[in-house]
Amino acid sequence: MIQLIDVSKTFISDNDSVHAVKDVNLTINQSEIFGVIGYSGAGKSTLVRCINLLERPTKGQVLIDGVDLLKLKERELRLHRQKIGMIFQQFNLLASRTVFENVAFPLKHRGISKEKIKEKVLSLLDLVGISDKLSAYPSQLSGGQKQRVAIARALATDPSILLCDEATSALDPQTTKSILKLLKDVNRKLGITIVIITHEMSVIKEICHRVAVMENGNVVELNDVISIFSNPQAQITKDFINSTSTLSRIDELIQEKSDIVNLNQGERIWRLDFYGSETKEPIIAYISNKYNISPSIIFANVEVISDTVLGSIIVLVTVSDQVEKDVIKYLNDKQIKVEVIKYA
Amino acid sequence: MLNLLEKYTPNLFDYSGEFIKSISETLQMLFLSGIYSFIVGLFLGTLLVVTRKGNILENAAVHRILDGLVNLFRSIPFVILITALIPLTKIIVGTFIGVKGAIFPLVVGCTPFFIRQVDMALSDIDNGLIEAAQSMGISPLGIIFRVYLKESIPALARSTTITTISLLGLTAMGGAVGGGGLGSFVIRYGHNRFYQDITYVSVIVILIFVTIIQFIGNIIIKKTTH
Repeated sequence: MIQLIDVSKTFISDNDSVHAVKDVNLTINQSEIFGVIGYSGAGKSTLVRCINLLERPTKGQVLIDGVDLLKLKERELRLHRQKIGMIFQQFNLLASRTVFENVAFPLKHRGISKEKIKEKVLSLLDLVGISDKLSAYPSQLSGGQKQRVAIARALATDPSILLCDEATSALDPQTTKSILKLLKDVNRKLGITIVIITHEMSVIKEICHRVAVMENGNVVELNDVISIFSNPQAQITKDFINSTSTLSRIDELIQEKSDIVNLNQGERIWRLDFYGSETKEPIIAYISNKYNISPSIIFANVEVISDTVLGSIIVLVTVSDQVEKDVIKYLNDKQIKVEVIKYA
Repeated sequence: MLNLLEKYTPNLFDYSGEFIKSISETLQMLFLSGIYSFIVGLFLGTLLVVTRKGNILENAAVHRILDGLVNLFRSIPFVILITALIPLTKIIVGTFIGVKGAIFPLVVGCTPFFIRQVDMALSDIDNGLIEAAQSMGISPLGIIFRVYLKESIPALARSTTITTISLLGLTAMGGAVGGGGLGSFVIRYGHNRFYQDITYVSVIVILIFVTIIQFIGNIIIKKTTH
């Protein structure tokens, strides 16, 4: 378990000080995949570096399984760091060493026999699916392969925590998916806690259980991923969610006064948001029959996040004020949020 | 062949014994001062890098003193440095002439140059690698040997090649002030007695040395770059 208590980090230069992280309190549970999202400069990289003290917080406590890392001596800290693996955006593999030697790197000079090291490295390379590249040099690997080697290396010391600093930001979408899948597998097989720093909501959506949203060094929102997506509170969270969905197009279309949203008398545009159990019911068919309206779907976006369906539909409908009230009431009773985006 | 040499390089032919001896002196100066400069330069160059602000063994005092000394010694022209070092050379090695007396000033003249080269080579190591090693719980000494030095072997091979070639130049200059070797040979005969054949053949010999050094350097760089 990772506990950050009142953690602050201030960078002081000659005539300027930057508060990169401000009084952050976080608890990350054992075996959890925890995401931290924010724009660049939000302090998320500094925050994750405070977990293994690559950056020493100016203030606060960093507890790993109850041990305050800030109170440890250099040598003890190094031993604790072996229990916290880390991977990076730029992979940080050693160019002069082969894949095998890179993964063996953290194991060497620690009194472990050559056979043991070899056995461990081979099983790790097998785990990350790159056994065939054993004697290749990093320069001969693709980005995705490099990150797999980096993951194997980070897991070599059997850590209980894996920190991922923008680990997929340098990869193409396809490779990102495969690396995220690998991290998910690793989490499931080894029960390792994973902390993921990213600026992509799609990464959070793909694998995280809970997520903290950071802005200007503060954690502005923290919740499980479903709640974040279905009911975002902070403006920045809404912005991040919009960035992953096609629905934000509707706002652009309205602004551009596109023909699609050019309404005749009595027409409206609704946005319906739904998630969870109600999603199997034929709501649209039901309201068209019951209220004798014919909603036409302009946009729709449906996500499945950790086995929960999360969807939004934007419909164009001709309806009177009274019927509109009834329909909205009916939908609200069904736990479907309705927002009237535009009416004529 | 001998006839040909006698015909085109008559003076060299007369002084061939001394010529061979000069070559051997030059090589002795090059090897001995090269090895000392390499060891001292690698050590101090690494120290300069790791004590820099934000680095693993940050130490402003050590860094500033070392940096200042390197700049000071690099700014003194070598011929003047040799002369200025005479008293110290006498104390340390007992004499300031001949190959023996030349090695100490050569090391003092060459090391600061090599320190800067090591500084550049090691500073080129991506900070991310250092961070990664730190995150694995590797000690500062482990980071120095297993990351800094090991990962910059190709760059260090390049620096060593450049430094060795410039050291070869210094040995010739050392010869001018009593150090022996090809430098003093050329000054005594090529310059003072105007035996031009001696000058030209010596140039060719030096050229061959430079080519060999560069060749060996290139092989090492090629073998260690992946």
